[in-house]
Amino acid sequence: MKWKQWSAVVVLAGTALAVQAQSVNPATLANTGGDGLAACASCHGAQGEGQGAMPRLAGINAAYLRKQLDDLAEGRREHALMSPIAKAMSPQTREAMSGYYAGMALPAAAPPGDAHPGARVAQRGAWDRNVPGCVQCHGPGGRGVGDAFPPIAGQTADYLSTQLEAWKAGRRNNDPIGLMQAAARGLTAEEIRDVSDYFSRLPMEASR
Amino acid sequence: MSARTALAFAAAALLLSACDNIRPPRTGKQPSSDATSAGTPATAAAPAVAAAPGEFSPPSEADIPEGPFGDMVRRGRDIFLDTPTHAAEFVGNDLSCGNCHLDAGRKADSAPLWGAWVRYPAFRGKNQRVNNFTERLQGCFNYSMDGTAPPAGHDVLVALEAYSYWMSQGAPVGATLPGSGYPKDARPDTPPDFARGEAVYAANCAICHGEDGQGQQVDGRTVFPPLWGPESFNWGAGMHQLDNAAAFIRANMPLGKGGTLSVQDAWDVALYMNGHERPQDPRFTGDVAETRTRFHDDPDSPYGTTVDGRLLGANPATR
Repeated sequence: MKWKQWSAVVVLAGTALAVQAQSVNPATLANTGGDGLAACASCHGAQGEGQGAMPRLAGINAAYLRKQLDDLAEGRREHALMSPIAKAMSPQTREAMSGYYAGMALPAAAPPGDAHPGARVAQRGAWDRNVPGCVQCHGPGGRGVGDAFPPIAGQTADYLSTQLEAWKAGRRNNDPIGLMQAAARGLTAEEIRDVSDYFSRLPMEASR
Repeated sequence: MSARTALAFAAAALLLSACDNIRPPRTGKQPSSDATSAGTPATAAAPAVAAAPGEFSPPSEADIPEGPFGDMVRRGRDIFLDTPTHAAEFVGNDLSCGNCHLDAGRKADSAPLWGAWVRYPAFRGKNQRVNNFTERLQGCFNYSMDGTAPPAGHDVLVALEAYSYWMSQGAPVGATLPGSGYPKDARPDTPPDFARGEAVYAANCAICHGEDGQGQQVDGRTVFPPLWGPESFNWGAGMHQLDNAAAFIRANMPLGKGGTLSVQDAWDVALYMNGHERPQDPRFTGDVAETRTRFHDDPDSPYGTTVDGRLLGANPATR
């Protein structure tokens, strides 16, 4: 076979791969499912707002979402429901869905006041146990900072408390330099409940 | 007594060591842990910190009284935590007091305000005279904040003094309290090394402070402070000294994981941080070598020395 013919085959194959990778439209996968995957919205909500123990995805930065999907798919993070789903997603789908949810609009909410029982740990931490205030890394109002520190404002309380307990017990350990595990270990069960409730009531802010 | 020891004594209380080029006391304490404060306006009250026997414990923020005095204390706390917002005209960079004095100046081994308040007035080697607490705070603005200090009696200074005074209630005047300053008793086995420090930085610091050391901001507010460059402390600040920086880092960094770096790692990364350019020392005479001789004659000051091929102070960072 001549060089030109080989080139044509390569180009055709590449096109086929591209078509396959984009066979599922992100909005379609999110809302109705496809490729053997259930609709993301069935657990994460129609607006990606999360519900119960299922986390909010809307407006969370794409790099963070992609890392979580990759970690779930490759065993660095474990979740009974989500690990098999992430494993079933192609890398292209993980990338596409991360971008899709990162770009989603966010509903407004009324913030809790400083009298809320979770406000102190949220803003100032518990330094007698070397716990920084949540906003010292997750940013003012918990809106997220950079790629590594996701927004926690507007996240569901169940998800936040479940994750804090998992960090505390070491069941979740895919954090950079162990920062979340160290912080969570210093928190009491009551503080975890209160601070999770606090951030669940803060307005969602998209992170960059 | 060597000149160095004399200087250490002179500055013996110098607990606001991050703000200035001074030598805090050697307390003989081991480092504990902690972290940096973000420039976040904090209104939720902190409880009294549980203290080990013999250690001072500042009062709970919930006990700041109502009325004009309490209002001034709260204002001082707010300035401390978010200095660029609440004292904008006196601040030249992106830092807040609380970046180096953790938990709003309450944290032991993080140069707490309660350790400093009871040690002034004091003779300071830095300017060779007795300074009162107001002058000490002015030094923080001129060097650590790379700004222009408020005049004595200005509301900003009164608020910071009220906050310091309130926090120190019950602390014995003149005492060098355990946990004051930064724990500076440990020196590394081998001289600090820039390349090793770079590796320590990449592994432990860059996630928050950025690969370029410029920190991270959100919506114009500093969350993780810049460590060098135009928005950081200037060459006159105490934190530019390797002994101060290493002691702070070892006791308090990474945030919430203080005490986890080795002494050697802390010194190496302190040299890496302070081996980069930053704003010029306001006392600059026009000549780096002369400025070093007059104000940085100390083996722990990298100013005016060559680190990683650069003469530090020769090309200061400018905005």
